[in-house]
Amino acid sequence: MSSITYLEAIRLAQRKALADNPRVFLYGQDIGNFGGAFKATKSLAKEFPGRVLDSPISEDAMVGMAIGAAVEGMRPIVEMQFADFSTCGFNQIVNQAATLHYRTGTPCPIVVRLPSGGTPGSGPFHSQSMEALYAHYPGLVVMTPATVEDAYSMLLEAVALDDPVIFCEHKFLYYHLKADRLPDEALPFGKARIARPGRDATVATHAAMLHESLAAAEELASDGYDIEVVDLRTVRPLDTDTILASVARTGRLLAVGEAWPWGGVTAEVVARVAAEGFGLLDAPPQRLNAKETPVPYHPALWGTHRPTAGTIAAALRDLLEL
Amino acid sequence: MSKGSVTTPSKSAKSVRPRVSKVTKSAAKRLSGADDADDLCGVTRETARRAYRTMLEARLLEEKLAALYRSGKIVGGVFLGRGQEALSVALGVQLRRGDIYAPLIRDQAGRLAFGDTILDTLRTYLGSSLGSMRGRDGNIHRGRPSEGYHAMISHLGAMVSTVCGGLLARRFRGESGVVGATCIGEGGTSTGSFHEGMNMAAVEKLPLVVVVANNQFSYSTPNDRQFACSDLMARASGYGVAGRRAVGNDLIDCLRVIGRAVSAARSGGGPQLVVADLLRLVGHGEHDDASYIPESLKESELGRDCLPLARESLLQKGWLDAGEAEAWRALVAAEVEETASKVLREPAPDPSDEDWNAFAVLGREEGR
Repeated sequence: MSSITYLEAIRLAQRKALADNPRVFLYGQDIGNFGGAFKATKSLAKEFPGRVLDSPISEDAMVGMAIGAAVEGMRPIVEMQFADFSTCGFNQIVNQAATLHYRTGTPCPIVVRLPSGGTPGSGPFHSQSMEALYAHYPGLVVMTPATVEDAYSMLLEAVALDDPVIFCEHKFLYYHLKADRLPDEALPFGKARIARPGRDATVATHAAMLHESLAAAEELASDGYDIEVVDLRTVRPLDTDTILASVARTGRLLAVGEAWPWGGVTAEVVARVAAEGFGLLDAPPQRLNAKETPVPYHPALWGTHRPTAGTIAAALRDLLEL
Repeated sequence: MSKGSVTTPSKSAKSVRPRVSKVTKSAAKRLSGADDADDLCGVTRETARRAYRTMLEARLLEEKLAALYRSGKIVGGVFLGRGQEALSVALGVQLRRGDIYAPLIRDQAGRLAFGDTILDTLRTYLGSSLGSMRGRDGNIHRGRPSEGYHAMISHLGAMVSTVCGGLLARRFRGESGVVGATCIGEGGTSTGSFHEGMNMAAVEKLPLVVVVANNQFSYSTPNDRQFACSDLMARASGYGVAGRRAVGNDLIDCLRVIGRAVSAARSGGGPQLVVADLLRLVGHGEHDDASYIPESLKESELGRDCLPLARESLLQKGWLDAGEAEAWRALVAAEVEETASKVLREPAPDPSDEDWNAFAVLGREEGR
């Protein structure tokens, strides 16, 4: 196969899910003949007639619809046009999907796809990273794939899972992240991955920040530092064991996230390492997040709002001197 | 459709200006039980008898729930459907096995008609570990979703789209002749969820029946602070669905109107919105004395209790005799008492036995 983008991997995973399982259907705005705002469902409506349905602009009802169908044994995949709009479906996700199995014993196998994260010029309402909000609720699985391979295999995993999955796919990775072929196998569900081995410090991160962190590690390598980078892959469940094992090797932790810091994924990572791996640390655990304003529109502001390879490298240098 | 028209109510109730259907002569005639035989539109003796018996069960069960609440045996709250049993039961009995039903808080009668039991109601209210909710959820938040009996969440309007999803799944499976139904109060129609769900059902032309119990007060808020349209049923045409009106405290009219709605949905007529005016004859919950409901309204036609009205109606039709009605009452009262005594002796959920895990496939530690 020639080069496959992250976006195409998502499209192909949905295609495979539709082909393999007659209980799978897709539901979302403009996803039918139009193929979706990002073309993640391009040609699927034609290939699978009646199973790729345009929804009204009704995020609450879209998720409610998926829940009701899942109760009847279907495997719906809902596309939010942008992760930001999932707030309009928040109630159904956190109060109905997340509670259903605990309350009634009936599983709720829905997948809600959230085109997430910032891209230049997208501004406050088309750039958000919502994973921490959903990960807060027991009962929801939150996936944050950072590679083409994971975008593909984790989406298929999400469809197969009996629990509701919030699938945070990163828009910044849609087009320029490429792979030669799609994987036949994947890491076990819920496992983090050592994206780059090292011994001097651990960066724990996910989604688009993985690539900024890898670039920062490369930059520090020229200074003689060997940085280990952990790709969390899913933030709920959070693979604490892999993070702790990494910190045991390096003694230092920097948690990096594109979202805001307050109560977020980096806060959870630092809290767990401090509580469960305090003795492994040679320095106070650190974290780096977006600035605490809405995500700005202009690329100059946006590029400073989020962590980048440069700011991550600077934070690592500070950490290494602690 | 029944003939109730929408006008303003009696002047004496104008302080709260409820928007209700004035009970017309024809409706009053129905209330007196003097229907023409050919006006029954498929409402059979058996259906009416079953409905009345179930109303009686709901009423006596709810009186027991109130007593258990007052004696401190039930925690949280008790939310009763007193005065709304005729409307509620009509939907429950007109559905059949295999249909999908998402009742709301004042639907004890509809729930029992759909297959819920006195036993599981008491178990859920008393938090018995043997109940379907195992103490994890309580009171009116109960159901068995995998059997088509959805367990409501508290967020009003949310169940409309959930039922739509169930119906879409049935369509995918190639099943026809299935109906999905849910109930809501007039206050719930103000939510975005209700609107989104109704619109979605209409777009997909789903066999959905939504019954709106316009009981004049959303908790304490009167209708003139809830919506500004003169008639909630007018919303049906806005959504592009069929609208029907029932007299909310007239069992036969509720059975007839909802029977037609269910039948229309079942035979491909698309979503149906049924609006019925009535009055809740209790507070929002048993903690609420409902002092905000004016006496004049309670004394109006709207405030007439559907249970004795139904009894009168059936007696006049010769579908029930007084002795039988009394025997039923005694039987149901005994069943409620015996079941309550039994459930009160059942084990409460034990926190040390609880798995404390919200995931279906992940373990508690795995899902962390």
